[in-house]
Amino acid sequence: MTVMSTMPDDNRADALRRSLIYTVIGVSLVLALLAPAFVSSYRIFQITTIIVDAIALLGLNILTGYNGQISIGHSAFYAIGAYTVAILTVKFGVPYWIAIPAAGLTSYIFGFLFGLPALRLGGAYLALATFALAVATPQLLKYKLVDTWTGGTLGMSVKKPDVPAWLPINQDQFLYYLCLLIAVGMFIVGRNLVRGRVGDAMMAVRDQPIASAAMGIDNSLLKTKTFGVSAMYTGVAGALGAIVAQYVAPDSFTFMLSISFMVGIVIGGAGTVSGAIYGAIFIGLVPDLASQISKAVPWALYGCCLIACVFLMPTGIHGVISLLAGKILPGLRTKQ
Amino acid sequence: MQELLHQLATGVSSGGIYASLALALVMIYRSTGHVNFAQGEMAMLSTFLAWTMLDAGAPYWAVFAVTIGMSFLAGALIERLLIRPMGGKQEMLMVTVFLGLFMICNSIAGWVWGYDTRPFESPFDSLAFLQNPYEGPHDLGAMAVTMILMAALFLFFQFTRTGLAMRASTENPTSSRLVGIAVGRMFGLGWGMAASVGAIAGMMVAPTVFLEPNMMATILVYGFAAALLGGIDNPWGAVIGGYIVAILENLLGVYVIGNEMRMTVALVLIIGTLVIKPEGLFGRRNVVRV
Repeated sequence: MTVMSTMPDDNRADALRRSLIYTVIGVSLVLALLAPAFVSSYRIFQITTIIVDAIALLGLNILTGYNGQISIGHSAFYAIGAYTVAILTVKFGVPYWIAIPAAGLTSYIFGFLFGLPALRLGGAYLALATFALAVATPQLLKYKLVDTWTGGTLGMSVKKPDVPAWLPINQDQFLYYLCLLIAVGMFIVGRNLVRGRVGDAMMAVRDQPIASAAMGIDNSLLKTKTFGVSAMYTGVAGALGAIVAQYVAPDSFTFMLSISFMVGIVIGGAGTVSGAIYGAIFIGLVPDLASQISKAVPWALYGCCLIACVFLMPTGIHGVISLLAGKILPGLRTKQ
Repeated sequence: MQELLHQLATGVSSGGIYASLALALVMIYRSTGHVNFAQGEMAMLSTFLAWTMLDAGAPYWAVFAVTIGMSFLAGALIERLLIRPMGGKQEMLMVTVFLGLFMICNSIAGWVWGYDTRPFESPFDSLAFLQNPYEGPHDLGAMAVTMILMAALFLFFQFTRTGLAMRASTENPTSSRLVGIAVGRMFGLGWGMAASVGAIAGMMVAPTVFLEPNMMATILVYGFAAALLGGIDNPWGAVIGGYIVAILENLLGVYVIGNEMRMTVALVLIIGTLVIKPEGLFGRRNVVRV
C-alpha cells in the first residue's frame, strides 16, 4: 500500500525508485529484443515458453493475488485458449491475428460463467471446485461428441504463423517476438488494471468484502468479471502456448499444470505484477533441472519450495528483491 | 433388470469409498474449519505404509491398527509443525501449504514405491458369509467399516466432552480458550483423527482401485462432491452424499454419458450443488452476523 507522499524527501525517493524500475524494465526489454541474435534456438524456445507462462501467471495473479479467489483450475482456461486457437486455425483456416483474440474472448466467457457458481465459495472450497474443473478438463476434451473438433486423445497439430516476407528472421524468432509483443501489451494493461480503481476495488473485495460492498462496489459482479479477465489472460497464454508447442492434446492440460501456475505465483510473489515474471522463470527452469535427478523430484521440490516460501518469504521473490533493493539503497525503501 | 441391479450394487460399493473420504473431509472441517487438500494424498501414503507391512508378512488387522495409529501421529505432527505456526493466516497461504503437502506426499510415494499399480489385500474376501451374487465381499466389508466409523464419529462428536470441546474450538476459539479448552490440542486431535479416518478410507479403497501414488486424486474430487452435496458440516450428510454421488456416477456412466466422462459428473454435481443449494442437502445454512 502506498501512502500519499507529503515530504519532499519521499517525492525524491519515489522518483528515484520509479526511474530505477523503468531503467531495469528498459534494459530487460532491450536484452529481450536482442536475445535472438545471441542465443541458440533451443534457448529462444525456452524463453518463449517462459514469456507465455508469465502471461498465464499474471492472469492467475490478478484473480488469486489481487482478488483473493484461489484457483487451481486455470489449466482449464489455458486449455480453452489452446483449443480455440487450434480449432480456428486448423479446421477453419482463420488467421492468427483473429484466432488469438478469439481465444482470449472465449476464455473470458468461460471464466465469467465459471465465476458465477464460484462466488458461493471461499478459500479452500473454491480451490477444491477449481481442482475438480482441472481434473475434469482432459476428460471433457477427449469426449467422443466433441472429438471431431478436438481430435480426441491424440489432439492435433498447430502450425506456427508464417513470417511476413519483409522480415529477415526465421519462424522461431518471429514467434518469439510475437509472444514478447503480446506479453508486453498484456502486462501494461494488467499493471494499469491492478494499479487503478479496479485494482483497488479487487483488493478491497479481497480484504474487506463488507466494507467494499458498503462503499458501493458490486462484489459479485467484480469477482465474476475478475474471474473472466483472469481466464482471458490465461487463455491467451494457452493460445500462444499451443502455437509454441505446435500441438494440443488433452493430457497436456492436467491439474499439474494448474498447480505449476499456483506455485509460480506464490514463489514469484502473490499480488504483484512482476511476481508473474519471476514465477514464470522459476517454473520454467527449476523442474527441468530437478527432473534430471528423478521423475518425482520436481513435485517434491515444488512442494518444499511452496511450504518454505509461506514460512520464510510469504511475499515471494518479488518481496525479497524489494527488500534487498531497500537494504542496498535505503533511499528506495517503500514508505509504509 | 439384473444388469441394473448389478450397476446399482457397483455404485453402492464405490459409494462406501467416497463416503469415507467425504467423512474425513467433514471431520477436518468440523475440527479445524479448513478443507485439507492433501487429505487424499495423506491417506494414500498411509495405505502404502500398510502395504509395506503387509508385504513383510504382518497380519492384516495388526497392520490396520498400526497404520491408524501412525497416521494419527503423522496428522497431529503435521498440525503441530506446519499448521499451528501459521496461526490461521490468510486462507491463500493455508491452501498453499495444503498444496505443498499434497505434492510432497505424492512424490514421496512415487519416489519410494514407484508409479506401478499394485494389488492390496482385503480382509473380507475370504469370509464365507459375505459371498453373494451382487456385491463383492470386500465392498460389503468396506461398507460395514464405513458405517461403524460414521456411528463412532457421530457418537464422539455428539456425546463426549472431547467431541464437544473440538466443536467449540472450531466454532469460537477465543471463547473456548477462555473456558479452559486446550484449543491447540483439539486442533491437533482433529488432524490426527482426520488422518486416521483417511487411512481407513485408503485401506478400504486400495483393494478396489489398486494402489498407486495417484489413486486418491479422483476419489478426492468425488469425496468433495459428496461432502458438498451432503452438507460439508454434517457427517451423515457426507455418507449419504457419498452413496448418491457413486450411484449417480455409475448409472450415468454406464447408461447415459459413457465411462470416460465420469469426472464431469462430479464437476457438475459440485457446481449444481453450489448454485442450487449451497449448504448441501443436509447441511446447516451458515448465517454470519455482520
